[in-house]
Amino acid sequence: MARTMAAKIWDDHVVAAGEGEPDLLYVDLHLVHEVTSPQAFEGLRLSKRRVRRPDLTLATMDHDVPTIGGRAAADEVAERQMSALEENCRREGIRLYGMGNARQGIVHVIGPELGLTQPGMLIVCGDSHTSTNGAFGALAFGVGTSELEHVLATQCLRQRRPKSMAVTVEGALPLGVTAKDVALGIIASIGVEGGRGHVLEYRGATIRGLSMEGRLTVCNMTIEGGGRAGMIAPDDATFAYLKGREYAPADDHWDAAVERWRALATDPGAIFDREVSIDAARLEPYVTWGTNPGQSVPVTGSVPAPSTETDERALRYMALEPGTAIEAITIDRVFIGSCTNARLEDLRVAASVVRGHRVHPKVRAMVVPGSASVKRQAEAEGLDALFREAGFEWRDAGCSMCLGMNPDILGPGERCASTSNRNFEGRQGRGGRTHLVSPPMAAAAAIAGHLVDVREFN
Amino acid sequence: MEPFTRITGILAPLDRVNVDTDQIIPKQFLKRIERTGFGPFLFYDWRRNGDFILDRPAYRGASVLVTGANFGCGSSREHAPWSLLDAGFRVVIAPSFGEIFKSNSFRCGLLPAELPEPAVRELITLSLQEPGMEITVDLAAERISASGFEAGFAVDPFFRECLLNGWDEIALTLRHEADIARFEAKRSASRLS
Ligand code: SF4
Repeated sequence: MARTMAAKIWDDHVVAAGEGEPDLLYVDLHLVHEVTSPQAFEGLRLSKRRVRRPDLTLATMDHDVPTIGGRAAADEVAERQMSALEENCRREGIRLYGMGNARQGIVHVIGPELGLTQPGMLIVCGDSHTSTNGAFGALAFGVGTSELEHVLATQCLRQRRPKSMAVTVEGALPLGVTAKDVALGIIASIGVEGGRGHVLEYRGATIRGLSMEGRLTVCNMTIEGGGRAGMIAPDDATFAYLKGREYAPADDHWDAAVERWRALATDPGAIFDREVSIDAARLEPYVTWGTNPGQSVPVTGSVPAPSTETDERALRYMALEPGTAIEAITIDRVFIGSCTNARLEDLRVAASVVRGHRVHPKVRAMVVPGSASVKRQAEAEGLDALFREAGFEWRDAGCSMCLGMNPDILGPGERCASTSNRNFEGRQGRGGRTHLVSPPMAAAAAIAGHLVDVREFN
Repeated sequence: MEPFTRITGILAPLDRVNVDTDQIIPKQFLKRIERTGFGPFLFYDWRRNGDFILDRPAYRGASVLVTGANFGCGSSREHAPWSLLDAGFRVVIAPSFGEIFKSNSFRCGLLPAELPEPAVRELITLSLQEPGMEITVDLAAERISASGFEAGFAVDPFFRECLLNGWDEIALTLRHEADIARFEAKRSASRLS
């Protein structure tokens, strides 16, 4: 029978399937970070259990890490959390790319860049944006701490088979429209609950035309549309990206791996539980105006009139009046970073907008690379100098102001153009106001001092 | 995990949709390395703004929360159900939940009970009209009842059994040791090393 890619990977990982029970699935790769793991390790200790497969587990530090001043700048509780991770990894023999390590970075950025993330794998991490890894044709999803403990102890996960949803995007992307806008456009179209219970497979010529970085951005935001996981069939772009990476299959295994990977794509005639199509030509650079990622409008638009109590609340929180042109909204801060948009390509695109300009005097802008490796590569290309000379702060890798668990936060009432993925109340700092945008839009806003259409910029 | 069979307690309403886990427990409290002690920080930012509904005396000590759709969307932090449990809640009733939140809740002993939108609306109205009213949630019978209100709900049978018996899911899985070992033997050697 014709199967979807998600179904093939699922079937491939079933360890046991009991009547009426969720399937027991085997996990190929378990990524761990400092914030959601300590209680899981503690649980193991209390029940006198050990990590079953430390060799399939890899840890990094990203959420808490200071992005300036090194580890010494971490506050006491963050330090405690980082030391706990070190201690847990040491005890269990888990590889850790901690602060200061050349391979450290946001967990969803380092998996792909190290070649750990491979097509056909089942990948979990105690983090909702694990769906990012689906860009390689892997089935990847976020789990909570109890499930994380379960994976540590058994290398397995108990899950009900999700439904499948095809999201097909066809057509050429208009000028100035990026993968981020594709993601925001999809969420606006299906709604923040639209993907509930489903694994989303992104398909169509537009998706195939995206770089691996762009595909990672699209899969990253799957959870913002309520989806369990997002994935894209692996193709030549996937294989070219992977070849030669540290953990990718070695040369003598490469051809066999590629052959296996090619067979993963959804069979012709396979049936999805739901199908949605999006016309790329109608996408625009988007800006969120509210407090969930579905509340967005094209940058050329204006703040909409509220149609629900939720909208009213959002407008109050964001201190916006209906009818205000988006481009008339002035900003205080700019954040270019996060697992959504802090890979090398994102920084290059942002830099190309910044070149020859200066950050607006009223704006404080920062660039936080997604990993230590992205930072090194960007520096080798001189992007750090370009950003710095334009007035941006250039930081060390980490989650930073995407969620503000380190000192990088918005002050109450501060308004930020951000390349991250969540504009929830207080996400970037209590009382802070977030407008989600693409990297070039964020760069343009930093220079203009207000939200601005990057297509009209320069 | 503490077994959950049936509870009777005060019903508290939170009439909002899309309540995300950043609101349930803001990130500044995620640095604890324990599973307990999150209760005082539940809905911290909203509480700090004053006149938060759950702080009204009539709703003190509530053990059942009724709220809008997509409750617990956003991040995977299990700190969200932990903070609800720590603040005394054992049940959240909503039309729908963020998926990871729902799965986390089952696994730490908080019951996410789904009722259709109109029934949720009715409960919110009732608890606003009659602050401090009691409600009974019976997991074994899959019924929710209060004065003038009666509804059935359905829960994944596996998690229902786990909750009713207070089972340790890891122990259940470890009974499959032979299956896991067989799978591992079949699977190609570790790809990480
Ligand atoms: S960058 Fe933001 S969304 Fe991504 S893992 Fe870090 S905190 Fe989560």
